[in-house]
Amino acid sequence: MSPRLWKVGVAPHVRDNATVAGIMWTVFAVLLPQLFLSAYVFGPRVLALAGVGVGTSMLAEAAMQRLLGKPVSLSDGSAALTGLLLVYVLPPGVSLVLPFWGAIFAICIGKQLFGGLGFNFFNPALIARAFLAVGFPVAMTTTWIMPELPAFLAGPDAVASATPLALLKHSGLAAYLAQYGGPHGLWASFLGFKPGSVGETSPLLLGLGGLYLLWRRIISWHIPVAMIASTALLAWVFGPEGLFTGQPLVHVLSGGLILGAFFMATDYVTSPSQPLAKLVFGAGCGALTMLIRLKGGYPEGVCYAILLMNCVSPVLEDWVRPRRFAPPLKKD
Amino acid sequence: MSEGQHYTVLERLANGLVRENPIFKLALSMCPAVAMTNNVRNGFLLGLAVLFVQVASNVTVSIFRRFIHERIRIPAYIIIIATWVSVSDMGLAAYAPGFYKEIALYVKLIVVFAIIISRLEVFASRNTVWPSFWDGMGMGLGFMFALMFVGVFREFLGSGSLWGIELLPFKPFFFWSLPPAGFFAIGLLMALFLWLERRFNAWRGRK
Repeated sequence: MSPRLWKVGVAPHVRDNATVAGIMWTVFAVLLPQLFLSAYVFGPRVLALAGVGVGTSMLAEAAMQRLLGKPVSLSDGSAALTGLLLVYVLPPGVSLVLPFWGAIFAICIGKQLFGGLGFNFFNPALIARAFLAVGFPVAMTTTWIMPELPAFLAGPDAVASATPLALLKHSGLAAYLAQYGGPHGLWASFLGFKPGSVGETSPLLLGLGGLYLLWRRIISWHIPVAMIASTALLAWVFGPEGLFTGQPLVHVLSGGLILGAFFMATDYVTSPSQPLAKLVFGAGCGALTMLIRLKGGYPEGVCYAILLMNCVSPVLEDWVRPRRFAPPLKKD
Repeated sequence: MSEGQHYTVLERLANGLVRENPIFKLALSMCPAVAMTNNVRNGFLLGLAVLFVQVASNVTVSIFRRFIHERIRIPAYIIIIATWVSVSDMGLAAYAPGFYKEIALYVKLIVVFAIIISRLEVFASRNTVWPSFWDGMGMGLGFMFALMFVGVFREFLGSGSLWGIELLPFKPFFFWSLPPAGFFAIGLLMALFLWLERRFNAWRGRK
């Protein structure tokens, strides 16, 4: 009889089929319907932008990992996902130079210089967007494309090319309602027929994708729910005509809120992992978003809100540290 | 660095330019390095002013090092630096007013540059006049070199020109002219500088 050998391994002992590559490519696939809708609404140049963004970020990832002497891990899909998310937060009319430089910045400086996947404390796609907003201010704020509305959604006259949030900010609620108001406007906004960044226009498709991720347990409900709820609450309370007169639906459906809540703020690396910390994180993202939208200089605040909360994420993790299993020893 | 140790002129200059370069190695006085490197000319002018103040303060402290009591050395150094900064400030205002108008703010700020007081504390207060003079030269030149190096990078990429002369008909990368880009430029060039130095030392060691 040979002695029985017990194999003792290191933690984690509970295993699961989830892999980094599986999760990343799933999220990538879930995001694709929005890209196809944008290609239909804004024209095929969107696909070129996405190609440049994804291709450049994969090349940059490979080059940086080679330079830093690490194993090249392109197949895990994190670089491709960063590239795609970067293109999703750009206006659809920008030149192809922007996704190129943005992807290089996101991967080389935002991700690899911090130590690669798992060590970056800012979301690489958003940090690249902030970089592009500073470096190419004109292109990042004026190259919106006004979509052709399908017949059943067409309003009386649609001419402006500013995004709904920009219109709301600079021309007030009346101008916004004239352009995007009424049930037509809300439906168009919900389905994705409005000017905006490449990947933020359709709350419907993004929300379905987010629900699928929730169902697969790739993300948990805490951050998206807290973020959307706090945005809606603040939008309702601090309305344009005094307290409790706001229109939460307008703010929830416009801008990058849904994209940010489901796909950006829930990034594993840059958000906390404890449920309570996640709730605070999400609520903070929503509150900062509304603060920037209502009082700040920019019409849209999701990007900076998430980046700011990314900074706070380690502290949140520390505040709500889980209790130890063993009670502390009594001192006597 | 005890007193009486022998420093040669070349060794001091190499020390300031490369081995203990104020910006790339000691990482002191980073505020002017971020603020004044959006073009080469600014870097050169500020570097010139720093060079003068550094050398003059080094020499002064080194002369009076036996008279400055240990307990009040920091205020004494500050007064010496402030004196030389006032001298260069007034001198520039009197004899080169056009030139002065561009860098007036930064010349006054030289009083608080960390690199100057740190060299007084580390070197000039423990060494004789001659090495202190060359230490100041090395540090000042190293500072000027670093500012101009970053300035060349940022001015060429940001506005397509060097020393105000247009080299390219377009602006390749406007981002590099903006204030926040100073942080990135200095970080990247610092990495490049350290990498080059390491490669050079390895190459010299192999030979």
